[in-house]
Amino acid sequence: MARTAWAMRQPLIGGQKTPGQVTLDVSRPLEGRATPLWWGALLVSVTMLVAGIVAVSYQIKTGIGTWGLNRTIGWSFDITNFVFWIGIGHAGTLISAILFLLRQKWRTSVNRSAEAMTLFAVMCAGIFPIIHMGRPWLAFWFLPYPNFRGPLWVNFRSPLLWDVFAISTYFIISAVFWYVGLIPDLATLRDRFKSGFKQRMFSLFSLGWNGALTTWNRYETVYLILAAALATPLVLSVHSIVSFDFATSVIPGWHTTVFPPYFVAGAIFSGMSMVLTLMIIARQTMRLEDYLTHNHIDSMTKLVLATSSMVAIAYATEFFVALYSGNEYERFAFLNRAMGPMAWSYWTMVSCNVLVPQIFWFRRMRRTLPVVFVATIFVNVGMWFERFVIITTSLHRDFLPSSWASYTPTLIEILTLVGSFGLFFTCFLIFCRFLPMIAMAEVKGVLNAHLRPEHGEAEPQPDLEAAAMAETSPVPLDLKPEESPT
Amino acid sequence: MSTRQLQSIFPDEDSVHGALLALRKAGFIIQEVYAPYAVHGLDRAAGLRRSRIGFVTVAAAAVGSISFYYFQDWVSAMSWPLNIGGKPYSSAPAWIPVVFEVGVLTAGLATVLALFVRSGLYPGKKPLLVDPRVTDDRFALMMDIADAGFDVDEARSICRRHGAESVKEVLTPARRKKPRQPEIQSLEVWR
Repeated sequence: MARTAWAMRQPLIGGQKTPGQVTLDVSRPLEGRATPLWWGALLVSVTMLVAGIVAVSYQIKTGIGTWGLNRTIGWSFDITNFVFWIGIGHAGTLISAILFLLRQKWRTSVNRSAEAMTLFAVMCAGIFPIIHMGRPWLAFWFLPYPNFRGPLWVNFRSPLLWDVFAISTYFIISAVFWYVGLIPDLATLRDRFKSGFKQRMFSLFSLGWNGALTTWNRYETVYLILAAALATPLVLSVHSIVSFDFATSVIPGWHTTVFPPYFVAGAIFSGMSMVLTLMIIARQTMRLEDYLTHNHIDSMTKLVLATSSMVAIAYATEFFVALYSGNEYERFAFLNRAMGPMAWSYWTMVSCNVLVPQIFWFRRMRRTLPVVFVATIFVNVGMWFERFVIITTSLHRDFLPSSWASYTPTLIEILTLVGSFGLFFTCFLIFCRFLPMIAMAEVKGVLNAHLRPEHGEAEPQPDLEAAAMAETSPVPLDLKPEESPT
Repeated sequence: MSTRQLQSIFPDEDSVHGALLALRKAGFIIQEVYAPYAVHGLDRAAGLRRSRIGFVTVAAAAVGSISFYYFQDWVSAMSWPLNIGGKPYSSAPAWIPVVFEVGVLTAGLATVLALFVRSGLYPGKKPLLVDPRVTDDRFALMMDIADAGFDVDEARSICRRHGAESVKEVLTPARRKKPRQPEIQSLEVWR
């Protein structure tokens, strides 16, 4: 019977919370003093950030000759980092938009921090192409604005320019989506805090939200439009366009039509792992066990496993097509990846991305947090290597053996990567301290979700007869037993 | 000038949902409901139509993407034509990614702007809160008493019966706009 199906569901949020308790739990970290753990983490992240700033300033002053690039390998560490960070960002939009579209209600506990993660990851990603320009102060030349140099316009046929539009749109729309989701929570905090700087900020940014149903009605429509109509195709387009940077070239190993879906699956794979890493830390340090339950972790690890399988299929397809193509350069590029001087990076990628996630077939592994934590870190490492393999191994041995070269990153490049992690974690820690990490207004709405029918199951229609019955019966409408169609 | 209103506070979504339906069935006009979170089906129970903001999205997406298509064409084929790899000056397929991104960007910004304008939300606005708890965990249902035919006692008893924590008469500042008068027939108009 359909009714028993939903009556037996587990609550999404543990601890039998009421809406009032949700407000208390979520605003607690914003109210008291920061814990020593938070200060310690901030210290580490800021140190990393400062190291990165020093490295970036040095390379801007001296020039990108400070990198390990050479004439054969024109893209390596920096573009790897760029694609890596963009990929990390994609999980946020997946959780907030695609899972919203699929009515996965568990997303409400995770979406706020995943969206924040998207923003910070896109910020980190944006740094790399800009410093790669060599003269980053002229980065605005990428925008098609009227000028007195001709006017000299940008080349709209270039995938690199598509990237500029894709990533800036992605950043702006993600920020807008995140902010729109924050407004009701900012209003809650505004009414909770009595005075002080924070209260004034919440007041300014909550836009006078008062919870009126007419506003909620429009708000939900807008949220649906942003999620379903805009963010979902956007997230698929952004990494497709990033993959065009490679796929539209003629380099063997880059020139493949499988790249857009392969990159999108990989992006979601790495992003979900990063969300899991961060969520497990947040859960343990900020006492969010009731909000990020084992069921949440379980669902996310299943997504990791699913996307890992997609990535594995892409690796196999790529290899098969290369061997089957009859193109000797294509064939060589792939054999060189697996057996050439950089084979170690290829096999690191395969072990981390294909073998490690296989443990998630086992329920016990999905529910053991230390295992999940370590596995997701492996996946992050593996996904970084995936981009490194695609970019560097395809370039280092090209058509002419006389131009073959090798590549080792310099300290400056490594420090730049460290700095981008520093920026990411610094932003994330500041976010955890000053904004609600859990989308309160959304979590409150799913507290009783397990008691209600899912979409498509027998749903008590609040129609006029029901209204008439409600007038004589004190039983709340939605919980009234009714006949199931089966 | 201020309005007398009947304010009922409800502890949870089910009680306010039940009261809302019962009040409308009894012919009362609900001025507004205030909720801490979006309750599935409550807007429908209140007879609210689905918002038409989607039209703004479609219009903005069309304007943004079509105009940017022509902008790219103008830049590449008219303002300063450059021969790039022997490709045609007007390389339509290559315009598509940017057309898509710009369409999404304009549509997203216009949609959110439309929400803010339509709902009168702007930075620093002083919120008109009927009760400070409506952004936390309480639901408030407001009805105008000014109408001569308004039966305060019956409204009170319906609210109480459905689990209202408190029902009281309050004075609220007059609204600029005419109060919305939902038609009970519109309950089944959409979906």
